[in-house]
Amino acid sequence: MDQLLQHVVNALVLGGTYALLGIGLTLIFGIMNVVNFTHGALYTFGAYAMYLAAVALGLNFFVALPVALVAGLALGALLEFVLLRPLRRSDIDTTMLVMIGAGIILQSGTLWIFGGVAKAVPTPFPAEPLVIGPVSVSYVRLFVLAAALALIALTYVTINGTKLGRAMRATFQDHDTAALMGVNVSLIYTATFAIGSALASAAGALLGPVYVVFPQMGDLAAVKAFAIVILGGLGSISGATIGGFILAFAEELGAGYISSGYRDAMGFLIIIAVLLVKPTGLFARAERIG
Amino acid sequence: MTRLIAPLFLVVFALVPLWLNDPYLMNALIITGIFTICAMSLNLLLGYTGQLSLGHVAFFGIGAYVSALTALGFDVSLPFGLRITHEGGSPLLGFVLAILITGVTGYLIGRLSFRVRGAYFVIVTISFAEVVRLVALNWVELTQGPLALTSIPNMTLPLPGLGDLTLRTKMQNYYLVLGVAVLSYLVVARLVASRFGRAMRGLKENESLALSLGVNATRTLTIAATVSAAMAGAAGSLYAHYIRIIDPDVFLFSYTVTMVIMVVAGGKGSLAGPLVGGLIFGLLPVALRPVMAPEAQWIVYGGILIAILFVMPNGIVPALANLTARRRPASLTKTPETPAEAGAQS
Repeated sequence: MDQLLQHVVNALVLGGTYALLGIGLTLIFGIMNVVNFTHGALYTFGAYAMYLAAVALGLNFFVALPVALVAGLALGALLEFVLLRPLRRSDIDTTMLVMIGAGIILQSGTLWIFGGVAKAVPTPFPAEPLVIGPVSVSYVRLFVLAAALALIALTYVTINGTKLGRAMRATFQDHDTAALMGVNVSLIYTATFAIGSALASAAGALLGPVYVVFPQMGDLAAVKAFAIVILGGLGSISGATIGGFILAFAEELGAGYISSGYRDAMGFLIIIAVLLVKPTGLFARAERIG
Repeated sequence: MTRLIAPLFLVVFALVPLWLNDPYLMNALIITGIFTICAMSLNLLLGYTGQLSLGHVAFFGIGAYVSALTALGFDVSLPFGLRITHEGGSPLLGFVLAILITGVTGYLIGRLSFRVRGAYFVIVTISFAEVVRLVALNWVELTQGPLALTSIPNMTLPLPGLGDLTLRTKMQNYYLVLGVAVLSYLVVARLVASRFGRAMRGLKENESLALSLGVNATRTLTIAATVSAAMAGAAGSLYAHYIRIIDPDVFLFSYTVTMVIMVVAGGKGSLAGPLVGGLIFGLLPVALRPVMAPEAQWIVYGGILIAILFVMPNGIVPALANLTARRRPASLTKTPETPAEAGAQS
């Protein structure tokens, strides 16, 4: 029972960052119909931006986090502007392959610049975990959960409560009609991709200090993001949020009670199972996002 | 003229070992040949049916493991007290089993994953390959996990009246790979020229139209996936018996990316495309090796992939074909047969 409680706490903490990863991906797919294969690379990018800001530049941990987020925002805007804007009329396979190419460049570039040795980012939190009864959780993980939930809430507010969000939702429903109504669709696409990238980057910046930072860290993160998005239904933000927590629970309980070696297989098995049983995802609402 | 190109290529490649003695280059050519077979098999799916399978490396890896384990033997215990012991057999049997088992796997995976299309299909195929990789990594009793299967015997061919021939030299392996590549090419060529090939292309061009004309989509796609998987399995078997050591890294996504780059750059949906793409991207590492680090090479590959999709989305071979077609005088080009074609050309 105590062990189960510990798994539940671990899963909740993990689920926050998973949700963050999934939302970024689902936003981009839902609005732009682009399967973003740079998502994992952007996650890695965020972690390295955090490393550069916090270790190389010596910035305060809490200043370095927004720096990494803004760096992800800028890189996402650049990628959209250079690679996706000219391919607006292309089919989804072409953009997918272009994003694979861009992902390879980003990942190999990271490996080339920083080398393959993992880097650690120090945190200002005490090393001893917080112990409440039978459950223990480290302070840094609690902070990561809080920050992830804050970013998720911010994304919800942006999409449901601002003018930009309304334009994004309109573009999701029908980009031609949105354009006719005076929405600058190109700008919305750039903003969407930048926001999605910033969320991936933030997830990397948050998890980098928890684990270690290395060039291939984005590979698994990307497939997990795909699993979350498939689970929640492509394009559904609340689906991605719930999907993030479901995946975290599946992994945590699977690793605890079945086999830790297959921990990372959970995501894939979920993808395969969901697509075979209910290909539209568990929470798909094709008509709107939010 | 175009009919002569393929046999001419074959003659050129058959003569290569007679003048090339450099073992490094011979090795590069053998590996290139193996991956070109993979590219040809991927082209069957990606090029002719239009389904972007990004899990192709799974079949390559399964083929490699099946073949290596058949030759080496294994001893695994299964749940319910079952136990399978295999003594180790001939590599040729491994090759045959690799083809059969990957074919069956391709059939099953096809049956399951062709229920979805587009982005969903792509993600299912990636997931499948990753699950297989994790199984290879974790089922240590069977696969030795990260410790790798080592001392895999070279391929042995029984020659009638001459006894067994074990292919130890690079030249022998080169001709083996060349032979399998030619067979694979012929299989693909026969298949796409058949009624079945027309059904595949019909599904790619317009699935609803093809369905309305009585094409059985799932059946057609599944057969393409089966043949394609079996070919990749054959390539995996060749790889295992040539390299003689395999670990779960044979399932890495970067191998799939290599195959995709070969097909897309060469020209998907053309017979010559994967050959041209396979040669370019198989031998590019040889050319780039003295000048840059492997990470930098991958940056170049990524750049080339993007550049090709921007500049000639159909690939090199169709682009060249267009170029030569344009050079011909207008009177010699064939007259448009259908209104749609006339519209496309005007």
